[in-house]
Amino acid sequence: MKILVPVKRVIDYNVKPRVKMDGTGVDLTNVKMSMNPFDEIAVEEAIRLREKGAASEIVVVSVGPQKAQDTLRTALAMGADRAILILSEQEVEPLGVAKLLKAVMDEEQPGIVLLGKQAIDDDSNQTGQMLAALSGRPQGTFASKVEVKGDKVEVTREVDGGLETVSLTLPAIVTTDLRLNEPRYASLPNIMKAKTKPMATKSPADYGVDIAPRLTILKVEEPAKRQAGVKLGSVDELVAKIKDLGVVA
Amino acid sequence: MSVLVLVEHESGVPRDASLSTITAAQKLGEVHALVAGSGAEAKQAADATAKIAGVAKVLLADDAGYEHMLAENVAPLVAGLAGGYDALLFNATSVGKNVAPRVAAMLDVMQISDVLSIESADTFTRPIYAGNAIATVKSSDAKKVLTVRGTAFAKAGTGGSASVEAVAGTGDAGLSSFVGAETSKSERPELTSAKVVVSGGRALGSSEDFHRVIDPLADKLGAAVGASRAAVDAGYAPNDYQVGQTGKIVAPELYVAVGISGAIQHLAGMKDSKTIVAINKDEDAPIFQVADLGLVGDLFQIVPELTAKL
Ligand SMILES: Cc1cc2nc3c(=O)[nH]c(=O)nc-3n(C[C@H](O)[C@H](O)[C@H](O)COP(=O)(O)OP(=O)(O)OC[C@H]3O[C@@H](n4cnc5c(N)ncnc54)[C@H](O)[C@@H]3O)c2cc1C
Ligand SMILES: Nc1ncnc2c1ncn2[C@@H]1O[C@H](COP(=O)(O)O)[C@@H](O)[C@H]1O
Repeated sequence: MKILVPVKRVIDYNVKPRVKMDGTGVDLTNVKMSMNPFDEIAVEEAIRLREKGAASEIVVVSVGPQKAQDTLRTALAMGADRAILILSEQEVEPLGVAKLLKAVMDEEQPGIVLLGKQAIDDDSNQTGQMLAALSGRPQGTFASKVEVKGDKVEVTREVDGGLETVSLTLPAIVTTDLRLNEPRYASLPNIMKAKTKPMATKSPADYGVDIAPRLTILKVEEPAKRQAGVKLGSVDELVAKIKDLGVVA
Repeated sequence: MSVLVLVEHESGVPRDASLSTITAAQKLGEVHALVAGSGAEAKQAADATAKIAGVAKVLLADDAGYEHMLAENVAPLVAGLAGGYDALLFNATSVGKNVAPRVAAMLDVMQISDVLSIESADTFTRPIYAGNAIATVKSSDAKKVLTVRGTAFAKAGTGGSASVEAVAGTGDAGLSSFVGAETSKSERPELTSAKVVVSGGRALGSSEDFHRVIDPLADKLGAAVGASRAAVDAGYAPNDYQVGQTGKIVAPELYVAVGISGAIQHLAGMKDSKTIVAINKDEDAPIFQVADLGLVGDLFQIVPELTAKL
């Protein structure tokens, strides 16, 4: 079984994003970019499934600028077999990404598509579910455990009330949550090896997909800033202040 | 305009998040509420939804396929009803986040996630980059599909008297099945709608200490208990306690952060709380930049003393 893992190049999670003065977006010039953390978890899970013998090949795909090659190389260095870059200098919305991924699915026929649950830049949490709809396949979102059982995959999901397990008929779409695994670091030899692994470059037009955005961003602003408060000297002061709030019976 | 809201319910009662989504929906037009479920509980939830102020009509879809709100079964139902509506609203909860994008893609609509405000029929604000930026977005799609952040809208009250109309179920799509659930049952208030939240971080050090230190303070304050990602990853608290960018969003009257450093991903989930109290031994911890009241010191001394004195 083949596994397809879509990975997105995003602002590194350690960087505090700064809103541009002109209100058009977040300033990404000279900012460290990395693989979306949930996608690292997806790549790791795909590798573990291959190590267990449940998967045979791992294909990673990214929709993004030329620089997204670096993100794909990182995935190859972790252990993915082959990469596809769908080149777009313009940001593609989740619906457009899902349509491109559907086209890749049609070509590659993966048994599982493993995505992150959320890209930490747009915070949309949509692409996997949209891909599932477009391909008419089941979805196991927010996964903390993935087990292939014959022609089904059992996914344990992190939900508001705790955990829930569903069984999905393959092929299936799975999106990762934080507790699924801890991604490995690529070793130096594997980083070297990744340089020679195949990477195809495509364009949205190659797949006949219209990626015109549906949303216009009118402005991007900083949220209201909180005033830093006071540091208190003792527990007694804190007790008095909390009692003053009147929220405690 | 007419708006359809997918109502989430538990034991026959609409969830608080749905009450907030109904408030948001009223800003767009006439509100119809869809209750999907199975058997007596669904009927009970539909009757309760009919009494929510601002709901003009309740659609009840009673079908065994909806018992566990599997997206594969529920999305075709909502998409099938979409023809009669200009906007479809869902909660930004684990159920809404799972179902809404599946519906949106079926309708070829780009969804707007986590809506904070409704500026007009086609313009909305939403957080991006862990809430470090707020985007105002305008949708060119004929139909709008939104998930609504519960903490951004007041809960709709009661006093409504809507009619309940049965709609046909779409059955089981045959793609997925429910295997089981492990739900953490608690006597405490629900995290996302609690008036007071006490959260613990990595500093608690173990599950035993987390409960020994945090629970009595939460009990004293009538609070829900939350946690940082680090505390959940380490197994000190269950996953549904996680507050943050990729966990739950809370905005209580009082939020007490115990042994939490204040990473942007954590702040994203709690910085709209009315009063924030931070207890941390590091006076430079970023949490103090958002805290109204800070106490620098060892939580293992401070928290038991605080609990005793409250
Ligand atoms: C993709 C992604 C998503 C994430 N999503 C979330 C999310 O939703 N929610 C979330 O919380 N995090 C999230 N994180 C993790 C986040 O970046 C931080 O790692 C996490 O919030 C840190 O948790 P913490 O504050 O408990 O631990 P630490 O950062 O280790 O802080 C512990 C704090 O305790 C203090 N301390 C230690 N001992 C004591 C003592 N005895 N008394 C008092 N204070 C003490 C220390 O000074 C320190 O400030 C995410 C990260 C990524 C990459
Ligand atoms: N441009 C992209 N290229 C590849 N994968 C993407 C892209 N955008 C989103 N994804 C995938 O979809 C997931 C969810 O993203 P989102 O719906 O934007 O929050 C990510 O974790 C990725 O796995």
